[in-house]
Amino acid sequence: MKIQISNGRVINPATGTDEVQDVFIAAGKIVGLGQGPSNFGPNRVIDARGKIVIPGLVDLAARLREPGFEYLAKLESEMFAATVGGVTSLSCPPDTDPPLDEPGLVEMLKHRAKGRNQTNVYPLGALTQQLQGVRLTEMGELHDAGCVAFSQANAPLVDTQVLARALDYASSFGFTVWLQPQDPHLGKGGVAHEGEVASRLGLPTIPACSESIAISTILHLVRHTGARVHLCRLSSADGVALVRNAKTEGLSITCDVSINHLHLSEHDIGFFNSHCHLIPPLRSLRDRDALRAGLADGTVDALVSDHSPVDDDVKQLPFETSEAGATGLELLLPLALKWAQQDNVPLPLALSRVTADPARILGVSAGQIGVGSNADLCLFNPEREWVVTPQNLKSQGKNTPFLNLPLSGKVSHTIVGGFLIYEDARA
Amino acid sequence: MIGNPQLSPEGTLRHLLTIEGLPASVLFHILDTASTFEHVAQQEIKKVPHLQGKSVFNLFFEASTRTRTTFEIAAKRLSADVINLNVSASSQSKGETLLDTVDNLSAMQADMFVVRHAESGAAHLIANHVAPGIHVINAGDGCHAHPTQALLDMYTIRHFKRRFENLKVAIVGDVLHSRVARSQIHALTTLRVPEIRVIGPKTLMPRDVERLGVRVFHDMAQGLKDVDVVIMLRLQNERMNGALLPSRDEYFKYYGLTPGKLARAKPDAIVMHPGPMNRGVEIDSEVADGAQSVILKQVTFGIAVRMAVMSILASN
Repeated sequence: MKIQISNGRVINPATGTDEVQDVFIAAGKIVGLGQGPSNFGPNRVIDARGKIVIPGLVDLAARLREPGFEYLAKLESEMFAATVGGVTSLSCPPDTDPPLDEPGLVEMLKHRAKGRNQTNVYPLGALTQQLQGVRLTEMGELHDAGCVAFSQANAPLVDTQVLARALDYASSFGFTVWLQPQDPHLGKGGVAHEGEVASRLGLPTIPACSESIAISTILHLVRHTGARVHLCRLSSADGVALVRNAKTEGLSITCDVSINHLHLSEHDIGFFNSHCHLIPPLRSLRDRDALRAGLADGTVDALVSDHSPVDDDVKQLPFETSEAGATGLELLLPLALKWAQQDNVPLPLALSRVTADPARILGVSAGQIGVGSNADLCLFNPEREWVVTPQNLKSQGKNTPFLNLPLSGKVSHTIVGGFLIYEDARA
Repeated sequence: MIGNPQLSPEGTLRHLLTIEGLPASVLFHILDTASTFEHVAQQEIKKVPHLQGKSVFNLFFEASTRTRTTFEIAAKRLSADVINLNVSASSQSKGETLLDTVDNLSAMQADMFVVRHAESGAAHLIANHVAPGIHVINAGDGCHAHPTQALLDMYTIRHFKRRFENLKVAIVGDVLHSRVARSQIHALTTLRVPEIRVIGPKTLMPRDVERLGVRVFHDMAQGLKDVDVVIMLRLQNERMNGALLPSRDEYFKYYGLTPGKLARAKPDAIVMHPGPMNRGVEIDSEVADGAQSVILKQVTFGIAVRMAVMSILASN
């Protein structure tokens, strides 16, 4: 399959290049930029006038809900949502049922998700067996089966001795450990940020210091073990400040923030909007602004969808018992664009946070547009407005705080491994 | 963002879910209406026809005696048909969801739901779900709100103190877990009470509670100085021995209302309590039964206030 993308505005965030040029694709690779190989006879020419051509998005946090939670979403629906969102690589946390703690489970998932016409799936292996925080998993075997890193997802790891050993063991093989920082005790039973809104609504709380305490512990253990850690879903200003200092110190730390925390605060809960029930909780406006500044200056490396499809049965409950999580794969690009526009962030830099930067954290060759790189691409119309409605979302999860919000930026083409796997003629 | 569904675009009351956001005019309208119902209890036939032919469902997902009974009496005095459901004992234990229960009862032509639930926001969830024309009254949701309790407290305060603009009011005890306190604070600020104090240890205070418009005191003697109204809050047994409080004895010593501590307030200060009281834990029997206590008057006024709320909702 040979494809020529003509007259698009090509942005390669990794290098900062931004110019109108043609892209030539053959045999799954980009074989030419501006100038094609001689005698290039494309099977398909995509007219990309008015469109922006970028590397396919790399999403560090997308729950596909398989195995175990097929009633919430199915692999097919969520993989399709990824292609609609222009996401060509994603990593999924191990909090499935059973958790991804055995090589066989990972192989099965990889097998189900495989196929040349699909987004690349990079599973995260469970750091401890059953995510119980007691015994280590067979990380070597899991890596051989396809896991790119190891994580506890949202499950607490209470025992710091186990955590230290997990970091030591993982770093012996050079594996990165992904940790979502939250002190397991301080936020016990909590569902909302400890602050003005929870005090008003009478909701049990998770204080911001539960995050900074957990980050401090992790940073001490990173110094102690020399392990490489990726911090998932930062939510607080103090958390951003701790990571900034750790990076200055030279520690091997990276981190991400979700689209929800980048755009929303505790105030969006309004009167118990359970779409805003998220883990970690939405925090104050000051926290949100610090996350935005951190993402712009690179303290926060990546923007993620934190895609967690949930159905109405478990969302239409009182806030406390409603299931946490929001759908996000199809919102990652437009919400990255919205942030860039609102905060005057240069487009290549903003796009880097959803392409080249997360690819670097995953350690995979993605998120680039260059001659010889994989032909994983996303074309979008930056002007095209659309409204987030259940009908417009392809994910089985229709739950998002952004419901009914108009957004700019719609994916028109998604290309994975040189194959055009999604096309929206109206975009 | 999900808004507050309790006011119609024209500003009339569709549901009563929280005091927050209600204008003073709505609160005064309820209090004034309640005073017109006070005489009903003195009539030979204790009934008026305002809710004739209407079905009121008392939907209690959490145990209650006083609140459920006063709602029942209020509805019956308005000539409504009252159906009492103790849901915790039936469908919820069979796994039916809250909204399924509500749908089933709506199918039985309910006109009004009086809802108590252990979780904050349950009444909002129901109000956002029911068909137009069905009214929801929040009879207590988690730690969030108990608006009719706050309204009857305001009624009691107005009965004894006549006006709100010159008062100092102290709320004492477990503010953190109290839906009553939250509703009272909103009502008192809306009615322009110039000084609202909350008194208790930090473990029982919500973070940033000052933002609701109150002054925080940890020393009860200081907090009670020269106040006109003392509102005591119930301390639940499960809070007493753990990391929130070391013991009931120590709590009573520092935050229990005794005649000695009450002497710090104005001589004509009234003492209120939403009930049920824990004698010897948050309040000394001598105070609870003393001349300044208006606790039983609160219960009586509660019926008139709940009649007012129901009749106003039914007429909107």
